[in-house]
Amino acid sequence: MYNKRSKFLTFMVTAGMVFFYVPIILLIIYSFNYSKLVPVWGGWSTRWYDVLFQSEALWNAVSLSLRIAIVNATFATILGTLAGLAMVRFGRFRGRTLFGGMLVAPLVMPEVITGLSLLLLFITLKQLIGWPSERGFTTITIAHITFSLAYVAVIIQARLAGMGQTLEEAALDLGAKPFRVLIDITLPRLAPGMAAGWLLAFTLSLDDLVISRFVTGPGGNTLPILIYSRIKTGLKPDINALATIMILFVAACVAIAALIMFRQHKKTMQDELIANQS
Amino acid sequence: MVEPVTTSDTPWLEADAEPLIRIKGVSKKFGDFTAVNNVDLDIYQGELFCLLGGSGCGKTTLLRMLAGFETPTAGQIFIDGVDMVDVPPYERPTNMMFQSYALFPHMTVEKNVAFGLKQDKVPKDEIAERVHNILKLVELEEFKKRKPQQLSGGQRQRVALARALVKEPKVLLLDEPLAALDKKLREQTQFELANIQEQVGVTFVVVTHDQEEAMTLSTRIAVMDKGEFQQIGTPTEIYEFPDNRFVADFIGSANIVEGKVIEDGSDYVLVSTDLGDVHIDHEDSVKEGSQVWVAIRPEKIQLSKTDPGKSGPNHITGKVDDIGYLGEMSIYLVRLESGQIVDVTSPNQIRPRTKSQGITWEDEVYLSWESSSVMLLNK
Repeated sequence: MYNKRSKFLTFMVTAGMVFFYVPIILLIIYSFNYSKLVPVWGGWSTRWYDVLFQSEALWNAVSLSLRIAIVNATFATILGTLAGLAMVRFGRFRGRTLFGGMLVAPLVMPEVITGLSLLLLFITLKQLIGWPSERGFTTITIAHITFSLAYVAVIIQARLAGMGQTLEEAALDLGAKPFRVLIDITLPRLAPGMAAGWLLAFTLSLDDLVISRFVTGPGGNTLPILIYSRIKTGLKPDINALATIMILFVAACVAIAALIMFRQHKKTMQDELIANQS
Repeated sequence: MVEPVTTSDTPWLEADAEPLIRIKGVSKKFGDFTAVNNVDLDIYQGELFCLLGGSGCGKTTLLRMLAGFETPTAGQIFIDGVDMVDVPPYERPTNMMFQSYALFPHMTVEKNVAFGLKQDKVPKDEIAERVHNILKLVELEEFKKRKPQQLSGGQRQRVALARALVKEPKVLLLDEPLAALDKKLREQTQFELANIQEQVGVTFVVVTHDQEEAMTLSTRIAVMDKGEFQQIGTPTEIYEFPDNRFVADFIGSANIVEGKVIEDGSDYVLVSTDLGDVHIDHEDSVKEGSQVWVAIRPEKIQLSKTDPGKSGPNHITGKVDDIGYLGEMSIYLVRLESGQIVDVTSPNQIRPRTKSQGITWEDEVYLSWESSSVMLLNK
């Protein structure tokens, strides 16, 4: 019985892995394809990497996407953290329920609606005060912040609720004024949550297509917008090369994260050992 | 350290002694629930005062009002003559030791202890010196570079104590200081805590649900129930002279039976109960025919297999219903003819040679007690 189940499990896991990773492996292999036609194998070559590195449009898109993602993640983390603090630590203030609802609304709002309403906002603003004068980096970044701060706020709220308030009370009791408590106790303890929020906001921004399409303007091509627009004109294998580079980059990040977690786990075990010995 | 206001060991008995903490008519309501109901209490410099009660009796709420984490719904709290109601926690002359210790996990032992002094902008050399001295007092000097996670439970408890004491507060508030320790360590730490309190001379206010802890530690105890004080007194007063049935039953164990006063003599009171007619030494006058309660502590009853002779006025016979052997003593449940069950504890002073020796189940036994040992309760 046990063996049978174990075989079944092994099969399922293998099938799952194949399903997940074969497309990615194929993509990596095809990025070294000489042929200009994506589905035809024309022998090994790094030619599309050369093309990629010479394609200015592509690199501009990558650079724009990264800049937006970084600015977005930073602002979303700051605003989301403040919103989370207000929700969990300020007790019951006027309009708390409304604020809480508005905060998570972007999580459930269809992207097309968010995109459309933001576009209307920017157009109206331009008519009224002349800003933003053109759509691109600024408008996309603002749009991204509006939805990714909701994700950060949710993460921060969960972490704050789990932390309890005793440590903050202890700090107050020892003479720390509320602002010092925030800086010395609350924020250091929130740091892992803020880091997770930052990374999530970064990723959300990096692969957003729908909202970006609404609020972008001439010259405001992010990477997803560029790739999507190329589907119409026909994909060239240089996209495969770009995807390969991105996959390797992500894999490296995951590996580093895993290493950090493993180290932390090891440290906890060591601490316990030390505590037991003393 | 704060100069003692009075040198007396029992300042609460002195008419002109100024209390360090004065709680006046304090109530705290959470919505419809009254956690603390109009209580008055004076605590004096140098006391180790225990707030004792079951969970939800309001003791922790009262402590949190002293620390400034809760605001009283009504009433006033004075510490050293200053009204504390509008003073935030970070400006109060109190420090608290939390039940969970609340050590900052991202700081070393040394930084944890120094945290409070840093907030007060104490010069660096002085911080170092004071941290060093207090860590020496709690015997944790060699652990100062460790993080709290790297300490055992007992060590964490002492870091928490050091962190609160290093600020030299007028009052140290301790919330269940020993609850997180195992039994053996707890007993040992009780005495350590009392010793440290004596050395530093700071007034301690301790919240606990553990009556043994309260009895060993405190100068005085306030027994709380449903947000009110049932009795305030020294451990002996509370145990030997309880004010009411709640206190008699909550502190230690007691055989409490209802009765009617038959006679109020000049130096004794006679009460008719299920224990027979109980002869009690006279304290306060009681009306003949009134309903009262009689309480006798299990260890104050003598138990013997043979008739001890009619030496005193209080004696009765019964049958052993059950025995609990605890090693140093045994608990006997004795059934009287009236059906009343009486708890008796008896120290095991003699090591039995054979298993059959001593009192066993269904034995006919004689119970007797002194008239001075009986507690007469009106409510």
